[in-house]
Amino acid sequence: TPWLSSPALGRQRSVGFALLQASCVQYRLVVRDARTLQILQLYTCLDQIQYIEWSSDSLFILCAMYKRGVVQVWSLEQPDWHCKIDEGSAGLVASCWSPDGRHILNTTEFHLRITVWSLCTKSVSYIKYPKACQQGIAFTKDGRYMAVAERRDCKDFVSIFVCSDWQLLRHFDTETQDLFGIEWAPNGCVLAAWDTCLEYKILLYSLDGRLLSTYRAYEWSLGIKAIAWSPSSQFLAIGSYDEKVRILNHVTWKKITEFEHPATVASSKTIVYKEVEKSPSVETERLSFPPTRALASSLFSTQSKYDVSQVPVSLQHIKPVADRANPKMGIGMLAFSPDNCFLATKNDNIPNAVWIWDVQKLKLFVVLEQLCAVQSFQWDPRQPRLAVCTGNSKVYLWSPAGCVSVQVPMEGKAAAGTSQASCFQNIFPLVNQSEHYHVNGSDAFLELCENGYFCLQKRGVHNEMQKT
Amino acid sequence: MGDWKTITVPVLSSDSKNIFHYTSEKKISPPSMNSQVLRLPLPSSKNMHSFFSAFCTEENIEQSISYLNRELTTLGFPSIYAESKGQELNLISIINCMNELLVLQHKNLRAQEEVEMQHLKLGSDMDHLQNCYAKLKEQLELSKREIVGLQERDRQLQSKNRNLHQLLKTEKDEVQKLQNIISSRATQYNHDMKRKEREYNKLKERLHQLVMNKKDKKIAMEVLNYVGRADGKRGAWRTDKTEARNEEEMYKVLLSDYEQRQKQLLVENAELKKVLQQMKKEIILLLPPQKQKPKERSEDGLVLSDPEEDIGELNKENMWELSCETVREQLTNSIRKQWRMLKNHVEKLDNQVSRVHSGTLNEKDVISREDHELETEKLELEIQQCKEMIKTQQQLLQQLMSPCDDDTTLLLQDCYLLEERERLQEEWRLFREQKKNFEKERRSFTEAAIRLGLERKAFEEDRGAWLKQQFLSMSTDYKHSENVTTPSAFLGSCDQDNRLVKSTSQRKPPCMLSGPVSAEPCQTSQYITRNSSSAASKKPAGDSKPNQWVESDKEETE
Repeated sequence: TPWLSSPALGRQRSVGFALLQASCVQYRLVVRDARTLQILQLYTCLDQIQYIEWSSDSLFILCAMYKRGVVQVWSLEQPDWHCKIDEGSAGLVASCWSPDGRHILNTTEFHLRITVWSLCTKSVSYIKYPKACQQGIAFTKDGRYMAVAERRDCKDFVSIFVCSDWQLLRHFDTETQDLFGIEWAPNGCVLAAWDTCLEYKILLYSLDGRLLSTYRAYEWSLGIKAIAWSPSSQFLAIGSYDEKVRILNHVTWKKITEFEHPATVASSKTIVYKEVEKSPSVETERLSFPPTRALASSLFSTQSKYDVSQVPVSLQHIKPVADRANPKMGIGMLAFSPDNCFLATKNDNIPNAVWIWDVQKLKLFVVLEQLCAVQSFQWDPRQPRLAVCTGNSKVYLWSPAGCVSVQVPMEGKAAAGTSQASCFQNIFPLVNQSEHYHVNGSDAFLELCENGYFCLQKRGVHNEMQKT
Repeated sequence: MGDWKTITVPVLSSDSKNIFHYTSEKKISPPSMNSQVLRLPLPSSKNMHSFFSAFCTEENIEQSISYLNRELTTLGFPSIYAESKGQELNLISIINCMNELLVLQHKNLRAQEEVEMQHLKLGSDMDHLQNCYAKLKEQLELSKREIVGLQERDRQLQSKNRNLHQLLKTEKDEVQKLQNIISSRATQYNHDMKRKEREYNKLKERLHQLVMNKKDKKIAMEVLNYVGRADGKRGAWRTDKTEARNEEEMYKVLLSDYEQRQKQLLVENAELKKVLQQMKKEIILLLPPQKQKPKERSEDGLVLSDPEEDIGELNKENMWELSCETVREQLTNSIRKQWRMLKNHVEKLDNQVSRVHSGTLNEKDVISREDHELETEKLELEIQQCKEMIKTQQQLLQQLMSPCDDDTTLLLQDCYLLEERERLQEEWRLFREQKKNFEKERRSFTEAAIRLGLERKAFEEDRGAWLKQQFLSMSTDYKHSENVTTPSAFLGSCDQDNRLVKSTSQRKPPCMLSGPVSAEPCQTSQYITRNSSSAASKKPAGDSKPNQWVESDKEETE
């Protein structure tokens, strides 16, 4: 169950005017000032921390120790305040905050139930029969409602809870073979539920449980891989295994258009940015002995820049293995820009490319071809700017004005190795960057924080910000 | 018939060689009676003498003659014997006969040649035809073979096609079968899955009971103190009231969403309505009223109400705010109608434009093909006419230009020079005419002078005669002779004058010369007037001429 198996990762939050950054080093939780990296708080947990999460108001930090089945909560305001939740023999596979930041939802092993613990009252709520699927819990954007996918008597159900008192609001069965995921529209009024990849089927439910529409593009072959709502709730983009994105509208819930992702980009109206690597030229007179650290690192790192390729461009694509489950093909990632103007997609057959579509014209706008496989991408919440990471020491930024690659300073790497679980690495300032956004990819973790810092983190290692 | 000859010959001749010749010759020759007969004396010149000598000897001369006579008479020649003198030979008749025979022989020879020629020709023709026949036969064979081959191929293809059809059918069946298999497997799989899931659920249930129900002390939350809610409110107990409130909240959320959407739609609708109305107004303004009227009349039913409707619509703009169905329909209908009218109008305009323009533009326009063709035909005709006109103009121009020599053609380049040339030519013409007139006049003058001389001579003679008479009658009647001569002299001079006047008037009607012979001053004056008048008339012509020239030049370059 992928959504539960998030690795232990560091996050940063702003508290008032302060920008804090939390990270865990084995048993310890370290909270620093993100700007100065000065340690503000140090908490010691019972066991090795596997997962941490800030509460929405940044007053609490949740530390999950799945092996022990224990969750510990720490308060930033009252350092001596503590809370420990023990799931006992039921075990623990996932833990998360509710949107209000006062409740913790713990999923037990085998998905026997979800326990909702409150920090305000002694009350405990149980949600039985949660379904073990990719995206089984979904909160509305305003945090009022929670939808949970359930499975009982070999049938799929969706329960909608009111988050304020965890009262069941609606409970209805979905016409799915094997419900795979649920996702609220940003306006919190429509819930999209899609079936397993064996069948292309997406169902749209109103908040009150009415089925608004059903959409099926085709039969037999593998179906939906990922979906994304546009921030205006106007469009629903569905990426599927047939390497197409279909866009539904919110009035009739019918398909407006479909975007194909062929390996050759032929349209002359499309701009294709190709990343090229270039070794920096070294001026011999500037070399000194012993070489400075910066120079040394720059000598061994390659710079990359973007070239505009002439269409038609043939993109590097891999042939999916037919006899393997979960073939590497189809649209596995897609996201709308916050202003609804662009849609970024990734076709898993062509792992090095990001397609950016113009939603107003419903046309392909830009293709970014990277040297490495794209691990994740994330839109800037304030402007149409896309950050892409490919699992190397660079972050790539695209905006309608152009494309840049940003080298992450590598000094951090030298400081790595304080522990196996974490190492200091990689921060860099970004001018005019004052928002917080993060990407949770399968392999890489990219975070952009409010004061204009990126935090690049990799699975298995914990990367902390460091002032450059 | 050949046999007939071969029989006769051995009787007459002993020479086997000759016979051979004869028979061989005869065999070659076509079987014609006449030629057969003439072929008799045809042997080659070498054997001629011997042949004849062999035929007629001293001993059988009588027999030969009689034989010849008989033969000749049978052939319709007159007898070679003189009729009156019995056995005496009529030499003339013989010679005639011989001549006749020779002529006949010649003729037959020619005929034979011709026939031989024809024969050869026919033979070659025959050969040719036979060749042709053979070739055609070959071709036929080939074609037949080809047909057979093609038929074979066709058959093969058909069988292949049949096989493919069969294959397709089997494949389809296979597909159907496989689909059935897939679906059956899927149902089986689902069934199994369900079974397993049920088992799994049972296990889960059991586990749940085991884990949760045994009062697990461990499952607990240790907290220092409970914190306040993020919103500052106190948590409420779950009651029916809260449930109702939750419902209410939910519906509120939904309602607000719908309201928002409705608002958006209203705004959008209003925008669209505005656009529609504006479009309508603009269409009304754009459409020429005289065109609108007949159009409306041509449409029945709705027509009469339409103008009022328009006015009403224009006045009651706020009416559009009501999204009432009838209003909407009215608006859309009227817009549709006007749009149709506009479309017609635009199409008509397009047609007009295309009519004006040449056929190249027609391709994109929406004119019917017939119209297009008619138009092109017309245009072609026009072009033809124009071409002809240009041709004639060119001819005329060439005609005009032919008298002038190379120097003047060079001068033609300049229009002023051209004008000059025109003027000079005109003058030259006038001058020539004048010259001609002068010539004529001179001729008439000389004629007149000659006549005068003659008359003078006659007068002189008359006078001489008269003097002689007078001298002679000096003695006789003096008075009588005087009376006779004077009127005659007077009459003569008068006659002459009259004749002169007549001749000049006859000669110069185009010059309007009515004066007598010596009209020198009169002529010059006329020349001047003519010149001035021609100059006056030429001025505009001269001005326009170069322009025309330039224009024509332009046309040529174009």
